Amino acid sequence: MTDARDRILGGIRAGLGRGRLDGDAARAVEARLAAHRRNLVPARAASLDRAGQAKLFIAMAEEVDATVAEVASAAAVPDAVADYLSRQNLPSRLVVTTDKQLDDIPWDARPLLAIRKGRAEDGDAVSVTACVAAIAETGTLMLVSGRDSPTRNNFLPDTHIVVLRRDQVVAAYEDGWDRLREAGAMPRTVNFITGPSRTADIEQRLVLGAHGPRRLHIVLIGDAED
Amino acid sequence: MQPTSQNFAANAHRALGNPTLQRAMAMTRTGFSEKRAAAVARLPEFDALRDQGVAIKNHVLAHLDCYLETFERNVIAQGGVVHWCRTAEEARETVLGICRAAGAKTVTKGKSMIGEEIALNDFLEANAIAPVETDLGEYIVQIRHETPSHIIAPASHLVREQIAESFRAAHAHLPPGRPLEDPRVMCDEARGVLREKFLAADVGITGANFLVAETGSSIIVTNEGNGDLTQILPKVHIVLASIEKIVPTLEDAATLLRLLARSATGQEFSTYTTVSTGPRRESDTDGPGAYHVVLIDNGRSALIGGEFHDMLRCIRCAACLNHCPIYGAIGGHAYGWVYPGPMGAVLTPALIGIAGAGHLPNASTLCGRCEEVCPMRIPLPKMMRSWREREFSQNLGPKAQRRGLRLWAMIAMRPALYRFVSDAASRMLGALGGARGRFRSLPLVSGWTDRRDLPAPEGKSFMAAWAERQEARARAPR
Repeated sequence: MTDARDRILGGIRAGLGRGRLDGDAARAVEARLAAHRRNLVPARAASLDRAGQAKLFIAMAEEVDATVAEVASAAAVPDAVADYLSRQNLPSRLVVTTDKQLDDIPWDARPLLAIRKGRAEDGDAVSVTACVAAIAETGTLMLVSGRDSPTRNNFLPDTHIVVLRRDQVVAAYEDGWDRLREAGAMPRTVNFITGPSRTADIEQRLVLGAHGPRRLHIVLIGDAED
Repeated sequence: MQPTSQNFAANAHRALGNPTLQRAMAMTRTGFSEKRAAAVARLPEFDALRDQGVAIKNHVLAHLDCYLETFERNVIAQGGVVHWCRTAEEARETVLGICRAAGAKTVTKGKSMIGEEIALNDFLEANAIAPVETDLGEYIVQIRHETPSHIIAPASHLVREQIAESFRAAHAHLPPGRPLEDPRVMCDEARGVLREKFLAADVGITGANFLVAETGSSIIVTNEGNGDLTQILPKVHIVLASIEKIVPTLEDAATLLRLLARSATGQEFSTYTTVSTGPRRESDTDGPGAYHVVLIDNGRSALIGGEFHDMLRCIRCAACLNHCPIYGAIGGHAYGWVYPGPMGAVLTPALIGIAGAGHLPNASTLCGRCEEVCPMRIPLPKMMRSWREREFSQNLGPKAQRRGLRLWAMIAMRPALYRFVSDAASRMLGALGGARGRFRSLPLVSGWTDRRDLPAPEGKSFMAAWAERQEARARAPR
């Protein structure tokens, strides 16, 4: 294996007509890595104010078949979720992550919602999770794995409901990376999710719900005037 | 897989005469290119992003050794393992070793072209490990014992009736008379069958669209979510990646991701873009316990610094396939190996040798659409010409063709002779063509006239007509 490593690296260096980089050249590569310099970020979202970005996020998410409900506060989330489930004729049993961002949602306000906290298992129909950011540019949600946010909750259930605060909406993926770096160590998994699962592998016909969720519903908390 | 690229002419001939394939290709020909054009039109910065994408990839290739070492260091720091493999054989053995150590019986797989390149499925099966492709298109070609015909739409050579027939054969436990006409119904059936496989798999294998040096992460892009279920449910996650997939930072990845989906499917962004870094953390409640990256060279390092260096910028979006008139007419299987279309016509000879793949760079009208749409601005037509030159200089083409080219070159390098010959030939053909102005058949060019008429020249060569025109102008009163 080390032999293969040396020979691959040696082959690359031979092709480039040089030996192992050192000195200034190596330091330049290190500096480029450390700088996290942004390349061109499209003006589409970056040029908007916060309210404009939230509006763009909603429009882009709806364009890719996600649905969005806007509510004033966390207190209104149980009603919004219950209404959505009944409109879609879906079961009112939920698996909810233990993410502390969801702590102030008073699920007891809708006693008919059966809540289980924790990791999704095969057979769980509806999942509720938080997220770390939402990217206005393409209507994309950004979720990370962690003790209180298992990745499978984003993929196993047929319906995925994501609770998002208005101040989590950012312009671009690069803003998402910044939030991730602020939070510290890189999580095992970062999921960018743009609409529900889909495929067009049969005659280019779009079908939703290939392997991941068939439905993606976003509950956006906060006043539009913010 | 055993290449059949040397039979390209016969393969293409069969493809053109296959009405079912032609029905499927008619759907592929328009869909992708229209969607791409709409997505590009919506993003004013698209061309500027292309320039930056090219610059990122050029920078990476010029420092590939450094970035590979940095990537390795960061994978290890996150608790993962990096395996360096020079050849397909080394890569297959490495994957088998990891699977055996995990006691694996079934392995789920996300779509991976490098997996096709190293022919992993056959090898695992021969070693009593069952690989299950989970991308719907890949699953369809797997149960049909075929190979993908397109690098992002593996089953685009099939129509729904063929897929339904394969589902009936492969899913014998389901009622034989069930309706299967609708893609929605077939998709649900596959979802049910594959969900069981996801839950039972011991190891999950994915490819990588990008490897991020800064963090030691691999990035995959899917629409179905199959790559995610493949990598988060089993105990072990294996990533297969060729060495040129590296990007320096997450910011660089973002730039390339903006180009990838738009160029590939015309989407603003793929449904799922997933960044995976190491195995599950101690406090995590799911995710794989082990994370292996199998870094595969298989001929790439030999391209660095050479004539085909720029090909290593390719991000496998398939825009060149989707805009190629040849690919659109014959589909991917005719190309005879893993990579079809213009990118395959350049890459295949580089990876399996020009002797077995000489037809591919010739299977192009050099119309230039591939280079126009390539997000990485790879000069594909120029590279196809380079391969043609190599093929000619190594005496690899058919004898008659080589003689013909030599004769043509001899005449073309002597302008007076060239003018005389072309003038005479065009006069003769013009006269023979007569009032109809075209030929139904003509000796030596039956390859053309068997299927369509050959228009007869007007009777004068361009040079003669030009000279006459100049003369007439000079005579005309000012």
